[in-house]
Amino acid sequence: MTAPDSTGEPGLLPDLPGLDPAWSRTVTVADATGAKHTWHVLDNGVPDPVGTLLCVHGNPTWSYLWRRLVAAAPPGWRVVAPDQLGMGFSERLAGPRPLAQRIADLGDLTAALGLTGPVVTVGHDWGGVISLGWALAHRAELRGVVLANTAVAMPEGDWGPLLIRAADAPGVRAAVTVGTPVFVRATTALSRPPLPADVRRAFAAPYRTAARRRSVGDFVADIPFSPGHPSRAAQEAVAEAIRGLDVPALLLWGPRDPVFGERYLADLRERLPQAQLHRYAGASHLLPEDAPQYARAVAQWVADLDRTPAPARPAGDGGRRLWSALEERAADDAVAVAEVGGAAVSWSALARRVRDLAAGLAAAGVRPGDRVALLVEPSADLTATVYAVWRAGAVVVVADKGLGLRGMRRALRGAGVRHVVGSRAGLAAARVMGLPGSRIAAGRAGVGLGAAHTLEDLEARGRSAPVPAEPPVDDDCAVLFTSGATGPAKGVVYTHRQAAAQLELVRATYGLTSGDRFVAAFAPFAILGPALGIGSAVPDVDVTAPGSLTAPALADAAAAVDATVVFASPAALRRVAATAGDLSAAQRTALGRVRLLMSAGAPVPAALLRSLRDVLPDADAHTPYGMTEALPVTDVSLAGIEAAGDGEGVCVGAPLPGVTVRVSPLSPDGAADGPLTDAPGVTGEVCVSAAHVKDRYDALWALERAASRDPGFHRTGDVGHLDAEGRLWVEGRLQHVVTTAGGVVTPVGVEQRVERLEGVAAAAAVGVGPAGAQVVVVVVVPSGRRRRRRTGLADAGLADAVRAAAGVEVAAVLTTARLPVDVRHQSKVDRAEVARRAARFLAGARP
Amino acid sequence: MRVLVTGASGMLGRATATALLERGDEVTVLQRRPAGLPCAEVLGDVADPAVVRRAAHGQDAVLHLAAKVDVTGPWAEYRHANVEGTRAVVAACRAAGVGRLVHVSSPSVAHAGTALAGVGAEPADPRRARGRYSRSKAIAELDALAADSPGLAVLAVRPHLVWGPGDTQLVGRIVERARSGRLPVVGSGAALVDTTYVDNAAAALVAAADACGPVHGEALVVSNGEPRPIAEVLGRLCRAAGVPGPRRRVPFAAAWVAGAAVEAVWEATRRRSVPPLNRFLAEQLATAHWFDQRRTRAALGWRPAVSLEEGFARLASWYAAGGVSPVSRRGGLPPGR
Repeated sequence: MTAPDSTGEPGLLPDLPGLDPAWSRTVTVADATGAKHTWHVLDNGVPDPVGTLLCVHGNPTWSYLWRRLVAAAPPGWRVVAPDQLGMGFSERLAGPRPLAQRIADLGDLTAALGLTGPVVTVGHDWGGVISLGWALAHRAELRGVVLANTAVAMPEGDWGPLLIRAADAPGVRAAVTVGTPVFVRATTALSRPPLPADVRRAFAAPYRTAARRRSVGDFVADIPFSPGHPSRAAQEAVAEAIRGLDVPALLLWGPRDPVFGERYLADLRERLPQAQLHRYAGASHLLPEDAPQYARAVAQWVADLDRTPAPARPAGDGGRRLWSALEERAADDAVAVAEVGGAAVSWSALARRVRDLAAGLAAAGVRPGDRVALLVEPSADLTATVYAVWRAGAVVVVADKGLGLRGMRRALRGAGVRHVVGSRAGLAAARVMGLPGSRIAAGRAGVGLGAAHTLEDLEARGRSAPVPAEPPVDDDCAVLFTSGATGPAKGVVYTHRQAAAQLELVRATYGLTSGDRFVAAFAPFAILGPALGIGSAVPDVDVTAPGSLTAPALADAAAAVDATVVFASPAALRRVAATAGDLSAAQRTALGRVRLLMSAGAPVPAALLRSLRDVLPDADAHTPYGMTEALPVTDVSLAGIEAAGDGEGVCVGAPLPGVTVRVSPLSPDGAADGPLTDAPGVTGEVCVSAAHVKDRYDALWALERAASRDPGFHRTGDVGHLDAEGRLWVEGRLQHVVTTAGGVVTPVGVEQRVERLEGVAAAAAVGVGPAGAQVVVVVVVPSGRRRRRRTGLADAGLADAVRAAAGVEVAAVLTTARLPVDVRHQSKVDRAEVARRAARFLAGARP
Repeated sequence: MRVLVTGASGMLGRATATALLERGDEVTVLQRRPAGLPCAEVLGDVADPAVVRRAAHGQDAVLHLAAKVDVTGPWAEYRHANVEGTRAVVAACRAAGVGRLVHVSSPSVAHAGTALAGVGAEPADPRRARGRYSRSKAIAELDALAADSPGLAVLAVRPHLVWGPGDTQLVGRIVERARSGRLPVVGSGAALVDTTYVDNAAAALVAAADACGPVHGEALVVSNGEPRPIAEVLGRLCRAAGVPGPRRRVPFAAAWVAGAAVEAVWEATRRRSVPPLNRFLAEQLATAHWFDQRRTRAALGWRPAVSLEEGFARLASWYAAGGVSPVSRRGGLPPGR
């Protein structure tokens, strides 16, 4: 196939998946020397556009890469995606085309196309630097830049992308890039998940012969690896000049890219500090293929460019800092943090330690805004480090072991940590995970495992170093990770103001005073005692394995600080109730002093709270409702649960002071797209507005945009309804809503009704079948000893009873020995997995 | 409306003709033997063009149910009744200027043996349909839909596993086998299957006769929209009939291999009786097949009036009242319709 040479005529493209032939056209343009070249361009041809997306591909792809973006163009926007000269279906060239020339070529083309502003450039791979070159030459028209898996500079000390360098090696380039289609095919083989064969063929379509691949080789040769390269100056000029670009920028990144790794992303972020970023977990180099949803994200981002800023949401006053209580009690010799069977640290000692450590961290190069991964078990060391990092203006990054090593690796690398504070085990894990950044050894680890400092050294050094200035209250203070129960764990960013607002709300809600002391067996709260201004003890237990907390271990922790408050997950409490018989009289006395029991992390059954009355006779049982992104949102006591009675879902109580809860009603296809309402009885996605809601998701622009699409509100992903008394009832997770032909069904209400049946220990209600035509399947764990291990059909009696109780049409009732739960809290049923198993089982045999 | 119903001696044909009569339509029925219905009747072979032309004369609509529904017998018989019969009906509609043809088909025309979960009406595929019945019905449906034109609106309706009181095909054979202890559950018994209570299927066909015209040229699956695990369906039918439910379990692979062997033996010995098992049946009893009813309900403006629960209750009272299925001489299970 040859490129047609007529001007403005529709191009002649073979039939390719996802490509509308109507977008294809050719344009003949003269360059500065007067030589005419025929370009092949994809162009949606919107007349009088409100703006234009100018999309530039890299090597060896072609405009086909941008087909989804052409299809997803926001209303009124023109999308123009040329094939670079010598590439795709554009005219072939007799010789190499250096970078500066290619940038000029693109300008000639846009002039010929009559492109006027506003323009947003979009570049991938080496198209990134060319698109930025165009952007710098057209500042008047430029409205924004979008970049995906690209580079503008070789970061200092870098050897250049290894794979590309290999392709550029003498004697290799000609064979790999031109003589054979290896380079063309290898590029589309990088895709994760693998591309369909027809799409790979489409990418290879313009490069069938060696003659048609000539520019692919020339393009590789034009990458300025060495300082003396003819295109080096042009590349460096672009790399430096973009520091002055003050337009909005969006970076879309596939972290599994073997060509452009993390360092290229870090380099771009440093040059374009205003850039928003979305990392598509699992995606590789060909981001537009690996993350097809990128097109919607770009369309949304472009549409948002002229949006007026969202109205301000409630903000905490920022008067109290996270370390205020520490400073106020700096002369207090009472116990601030106790390790069971270990050290007890007084308020005065802790305050001094935090101050010295903050100064030591700063002296050792921990800068405000730097991200610090904490791989230290809950301990006095961890507590001191967290407050010192905060005081130094840096950001703590907390990813717990519950995510598994792979999940932690993904989370911590994605968060861009600059420093790692780790125990011996933590530093070893950091090495295995290949985390970047400096290492600081905690506890008795000593230097080694790459650690240049120990906490002790830094503390000593800090005694003679200046205490850093207090960080601004709206700076980031923490990145926490969600459980990762559904897909990769998400980083959640809090500012100092938001974290302080959260603590203030907890203190006010539970009437905490300096006379209280608490035991926190719930990971994020284990370190918050000093900020709350109350003494705390961490039980001798792995807080990331909540099922391991026994009643005696809880009692020993309570005795260590004379605890008045206990905070633990439902899974932990279940084990505590089960081991109550092991308590000694002294341990019972210690637990008898507890006035308040808090449990969160998953729905807490009233029966569990009741069963704890024996262990914690004087404790008022409360369950706050919330999530990593906002905690607490509501609170309900055992008495409150009992007063609310049965209903559709779990009653989690009324919103706390300063918290606004609305729901976004569900449509029949299970999407929560209705306008926010507080009308009683309307089921929808639970949306929260409060001063202590997270600032944003980290490096997940598109997710953050979707979660905060109602100005000032955070979408929680939970579904539920408000009742006439203003209480919130949680009915399940949005992605667990069953979409039947007759309407949507939420799982929790069905499960509760089934779980009230005799002989039923637990139940999960899930949907089987395609969205919109699903049927409800109830999977039951029968109570009693005789449990069938494998999934099976319930007998007729149980099936009839479940159908009678469910309140919705139930297609099948299955039994199983246990329901899969999330790794983090070991309490939330993984309904997606239940549904997968049920669907497999109910499909019957496979011939 | 003047309506011709072919195949009115079967359970569904009879129920459909009765439903039309009850609402005052002028009904003619066509089948080999007298149906005993209070309406005009033409007796004869549905594949005989002259007979069908005579029956179609002056009709506004034709509901074509006549078919050879079986699991054994030579291909020529299926082709004659199902393919040539349908061609004769289409030709007669054209010749007589009948404006609407509702062709009654079967979901098995698009069932290649794998599990179908919540799917719509996929195109009929004679090459992949399992067994002679399904293949012949697939050809017939394609022929019928190909005749859809401005002069003749054609709608293909595929009721899935129709059952009810007086059913000699599905219920009768299941109950008979259960009574003699020969009803096995193939595989886990978990395969989710849709069924259709006979009154619902009849109402759907009446609705199709009305909708045909504005709605045309497509196939629609009809079911109760209440899929159940196959073991539960068998158990409930047996419970309604007062016979013990299936006890034995046959692993799917064993049933499939056995089915293949039985087919080979029946083929080699040219036996005309219904084999105890074949591969089609093994698959039907062991793999999910349930359907997305949204398009059907929207297109026909119809919803099943009798729930599964109500259907089982009606079946139970019918059996309790002494209704004994005239069990077929041949004791096998019928195919997917």
